[in-house]
Amino acid sequence: MEVLFASAVGVLVAAGVYLLLRARTFPVVLGLALISYAVNFYIFAMGRLRVGLEPIISEEATAYVDPIPQALVLTAIVIGFAMTAFVLVLALRANFDLGNDHVDGRPPEGER
Amino acid sequence: MILALIVLLPLCGAAIPPLAARGGRDRAAWASGIVTLGALALLAGRATEILDGGVIRASWPWIPAVGWNVSFMLDGLGLLFALLILGIGALIVLYARSYLPESDNLGRFYAYLLLFMGAMLGVVLSDNMLLLVVFWELTSVSSFLLIGYSSHAREGREGARMALAVTGAGGLALLGGVLVLGHIVGSYELSAILQARAVIQASPLVSVALGLVLLGAFTKSAQFPFHFWLPHAMAAPTPVSAYLHSATMVKAGVFLLARVFPVFAGTDAWLWLVGGAGLATITLAAYWALFKSDLKGLLAYSTISHLGLITLLFGLGTPLAAIAGVFHILNHCAFKAALFMTAGIVDHEAGTRDIERLGGLRRAMPVTALLATVAAAAMAGVPPLNGFLSKEMLFEEALHVQFGGLPGWLVPTIVVVAALLSVTYSIRLVRDTFFGAAPTAYPKSPHEPPRGLRFPVEVLVAACIAIGLAPGLLAAPLVFSAASAVTGAALPSYHLALWHGFNVPLMMSLIALVGGALLYRGRGRLVAAHRGALPVVAAKSLYDAALTTLFSAAAFVTRNLENGSLQRYLALLMGATIVVGVSPFLVRGWAGGGPHSTPIDAPTLVAWFLLVVTAIGTAAFHRRRLISLAMLGTVGVVVTLGFVHFSAPDLALTQISVEVVTIILILMALHLLPKTTPLETSFMRRGRDLLIAGAAGLGVASMTWAILTRPVRSIADYYLANSVPGGGGHNVVNVILVDFRGFDTYGEITVLGIAGLGIFALVDGLGVGWLHPDRSQLQDEDQHPLILAVVARLLLPFALLVSVFLFLRGHNAPGGGFIAALATSVALIAQYVAFGVGWTHRRLPRDFHPLIGVGLLVAGLTGVGSWAFGAPFLTSWHGHVHIPFVGDIELATATLFDLGVYFAVIGAVMLILSNLAKLGMREALLARARERAATVTEKLEAERDVAENNFDYGEEV
Repeated sequence: MEVLFASAVGVLVAAGVYLLLRARTFPVVLGLALISYAVNFYIFAMGRLRVGLEPIISEEATAYVDPIPQALVLTAIVIGFAMTAFVLVLALRANFDLGNDHVDGRPPEGER
Repeated sequence: MILALIVLLPLCGAAIPPLAARGGRDRAAWASGIVTLGALALLAGRATEILDGGVIRASWPWIPAVGWNVSFMLDGLGLLFALLILGIGALIVLYARSYLPESDNLGRFYAYLLLFMGAMLGVVLSDNMLLLVVFWELTSVSSFLLIGYSSHAREGREGARMALAVTGAGGLALLGGVLVLGHIVGSYELSAILQARAVIQASPLVSVALGLVLLGAFTKSAQFPFHFWLPHAMAAPTPVSAYLHSATMVKAGVFLLARVFPVFAGTDAWLWLVGGAGLATITLAAYWALFKSDLKGLLAYSTISHLGLITLLFGLGTPLAAIAGVFHILNHCAFKAALFMTAGIVDHEAGTRDIERLGGLRRAMPVTALLATVAAAAMAGVPPLNGFLSKEMLFEEALHVQFGGLPGWLVPTIVVVAALLSVTYSIRLVRDTFFGAAPTAYPKSPHEPPRGLRFPVEVLVAACIAIGLAPGLLAAPLVFSAASAVTGAALPSYHLALWHGFNVPLMMSLIALVGGALLYRGRGRLVAAHRGALPVVAAKSLYDAALTTLFSAAAFVTRNLENGSLQRYLALLMGATIVVGVSPFLVRGWAGGGPHSTPIDAPTLVAWFLLVVTAIGTAAFHRRRLISLAMLGTVGVVVTLGFVHFSAPDLALTQISVEVVTIILILMALHLLPKTTPLETSFMRRGRDLLIAGAAGLGVASMTWAILTRPVRSIADYYLANSVPGGGGHNVVNVILVDFRGFDTYGEITVLGIAGLGIFALVDGLGVGWLHPDRSQLQDEDQHPLILAVVARLLLPFALLVSVFLFLRGHNAPGGGFIAALATSVALIAQYVAFGVGWTHRRLPRDFHPLIGVGLLVAGLTGVGSWAFGAPFLTSWHGHVHIPFVGDIELATATLFDLGVYFAVIGAVMLILSNLAKLGMREALLARARERAATVTEKLEAERDVAENNFDYGEEV
């Protein structure tokens, strides 16, 4: 299972980085979103993978999952949303103001 | 207290002259004079105590954790220096008023001068080495301002920059040295360091500390090979030169040598480094001084030479040499300040400082000529003046020194040669300026200077004579108290006197005087020989070359890294991150494969497969944006399932609601963006990107795997144990968010709110009138699907109920403010999707800003509320409350905080989405208005209406 989880995080990062390196803003935003997933998973992994447990105190439970990474990831998800939204609107604004959606604000030579 | 006041008076007083200067330059001068004399009076009040062998200390903690205190100490050495700084400073204040042109109102000048004075006082009175370094750097900075005072002149700027570069770099080295010393001793207090000679000498780091501290001292006091900045600093106005190069700036370097004398002196390393630098400097600088035709240039090199003399004396490391060194500091101050001031008078009255163009000025200014002659004689070491005394002592010490394996005659010979050269340049300075034939014409007709220029010189020359005649009476108490502070031990009995009988030093003095006079007569041949000699590699040109290389290297790097392409920056950043990330694996080895391994089951395998395919698909189909986005949505769903599977119910709930909101948001944005991405990158470039992406993915995967398979050592036990008794909640994740780490959460909802407002600002500032060319279908003309509309309307109350439920139970079961807020938002957004912007906007508040404010306020006030009970910010309280039909609920103030989170998150999310929705609407309306507009005028009007938001949001469905 650990191998699967780790490789999934790796694939998310690889796809995210590839998108980050694209020239237009929209793929960059998607890349950021993918990397957010990966980072959240990575932080989550600090508590190791546990199946069938809960971070909720009860009489019956004999063991608990580590709640700290979960608390960190929870806020990270929400902040990640805010970041994605902000970058997205930034991309929109750039597109409106500059007339194109190239990350450098101007399309490469030979195209307009 | 009084010590801090002495330092603070000029530092804070620096603010006064610029204000006073509004009332005229004289007021600025008076203000500075009063500040200086005030500090001097404070100092003088404690002088007798110090001369009797006392030491005054004062200390306030600043950053006690790192041993940084604001502590001051006044001992003999500090007293000597502080007296010189303030005494000569007062004379400079007077001199500068008459010297600087009437057009200058002097406010800025005196502010810099007082700032510098305060910094110097801080250096000599600090009892904490870190504090000393701070003041040390402050002297570098303030001297930069003073040297570059004539900022309109190129030499002024260059000289100032060079002085700052050299002494600033030295200051950095000194900081390093001080840190090493502090590390060895365990304290940065000077008093402790001075007592710790044995510890420091035994440490393996002693040579590092010594080297760094000496770098600081040598750069500051212009010792060879760092001497080159000083002559260029002569671009400063003459009062500045007179101050910086007699009593202050360069003396800070020798002060440092004197300060660390008890710790380092007497070792071979000290003798060779300090003594060696002194010997080299004293001779070379005296030789170079012979060929300078600028009065100030000549004085600059003579200053370097005399600093070399003092350095040499401290380098010798004996108590008597220390006395001589301290004594020469005092003497050099007196005659060098006087000589700089006379050079200034000549410049001021005759209009030139070029020795070649001067001569015969004694007829025009006899008194000045006399003063200059006496001061120069003191510099040359002519009896019975003060310079003679300290030079005799140097000869005496040079005769007895054991300089490693060097033959015994070598050091005395070098010293005599240096003294001889010093006699020659002193004669040249005076004779070629004031005696001999006058040139046919001067730029100005020279005459005696005004009182304000001459009086300070008179005072200083009088001091030269008086100290020379009665050293035991006038200088001895101060010198001995300073010297005993230098050596840190009792001094051998020594009598400062003019006459020590016929002895070898006297013979050496005679040789120097006669030889110097002879050399002056034969100087023509020397100059010719010097010109024919091999070109000397000037340190200045090395400095310039180093600077040029540095700049061109920086330009090269900048050109190649910063070509304006963000893609390249990102690629470089990623590449660098990969390198940094991989290196620990290579250096520290690979520790994975520990005890943790969970068996793989079929559903997980399927989910993994789905995740990998959709993640790769998101990247692969990125040119067809809608497909790419669909893939991304699937990734999000699988991530949610992952959280479900791996025991994180709260995360799963959060992720799924954020997923919905995010995808809707991106869809709305895509509506206003091109739907496809053009193919722009070359095959090679895509290959490179794939390589980087692959490496990054592989790296993160290895890292994740290594972590997952290592044994876990978590601090979770504390939270698990205290969640119920301390936080009153069973859902530990929620208790961490709203209680244990409530302050973090508070920060995070603030960030969320700021992001929402930022987006609002970005959207609000958007110019209208732009339409993307490929917009063919206008969304608002579509009919909203009926089934969706009915379901959404039905769903709303239930969804809100669910979110209340999620909120209330959040403390004990999966849920809480964040999740409830996201659920509410999803329900509200569903209305937008189902009924359109116009319909929804008429039924919902258009402004969501206040909600963010309310949320932050509720959360903040909950935190502040705990102050009322004497507890720190955000301390929680909890207890049981029974609510009919709902049951026994554990209510905590944390729930109130969570309510703040709830409002803030709804506010931010809705603000973001409603703004984007509005934007899309505006574009659509604009397009329609354009289509319908018959004339150009109507079109413009319609555009303006839309721009001013004077429009109705669509029709009802």
